Amino acid sequence: MPTVEMTFTPLPAHVRTARLVATAVARRSGVPEALLDEVRLAVGEACSRAVEVHQAHCPAEPVRVALTGAGERFEVVVTNTAVGDGGMVWPPQPATDGQDPAALPAELGLAVIAGLADDVQVSRNGDGLSIRMSWPSGAPAA
Amino acid sequence: MDLKLEHHTTDGIEVVDVEGEIDVYTAPRLRELLIDLVNGGHYQLVVNMEKVEFLDSTGLGVLVGGLKRVRAHDGSLDLVCTQERILKIFRITGLTKVFGIHDGVDEAIAARKSEK
Repeated sequence: MPTVEMTFTPLPAHVRTARLVATAVARRSGVPEALLDEVRLAVGEACSRAVEVHQAHCPAEPVRVALTGAGERFEVVVTNTAVGDGGMVWPPQPATDGQDPAALPAELGLAVIAGLADDVQVSRNGDGLSIRMSWPSGAPAA
Repeated sequence: MDLKLEHHTTDGIEVVDVEGEIDVYTAPRLRELLIDLVNGGHYQLVVNMEKVEFLDSTGLGVLVGGLKRVRAHDGSLDLVCTQERILKIFRITGLTKVFGIHDGVDEAIAARKSEK
């Protein structure tokens, strides 16, 4: 069972709340202070992406975030239920415009997540997608 | 914390002071300001990020958008940032090669002046 589970209306204003809650639970779960910024940023990116696809496909459906800090790793799962979010490519691809150094990858947020979390899994979850990320929690091995 | 935006002109360069969090919620305000400045004829910009507490990919996209706009007028957009946690996201995305990133506003202005 997740330590904390939350759902929120897919609005940009709520992404900050999700970041703050995730960071607080990560801290309580023993994630080293040096990694908390990475947790905050990666969770923010995953939630921002979920909000974006929900607003495009299913604005009435909430975004789900599950935070589990009971084991050796602190795990975050951000789930969207957006039908039509089938175009995501994981791992994220570099920008296609090789001539322009300022060209951004199509999914910059995913590129950031890939660069931050040492363990990321993306899986189809019903109609939508789940992004599962984890960090060492500092808890002793069972 | 919300986003605070102020701007002023120094030596002909428009300096934008950003304070707070730049994310999917607040980034549109920064985008609007940068667009307004470019539309107002300001093509030499320095964005001071020393008081930015959080920056995500939406914010990066806004900064890159601003850079492209000023470059269309042969202008420039330099950044001021010494915070490791903010610099990290520029490194992850390879954007340290795209922006001039300086330790202070004076340094950014001096660097821009020396290139003229």
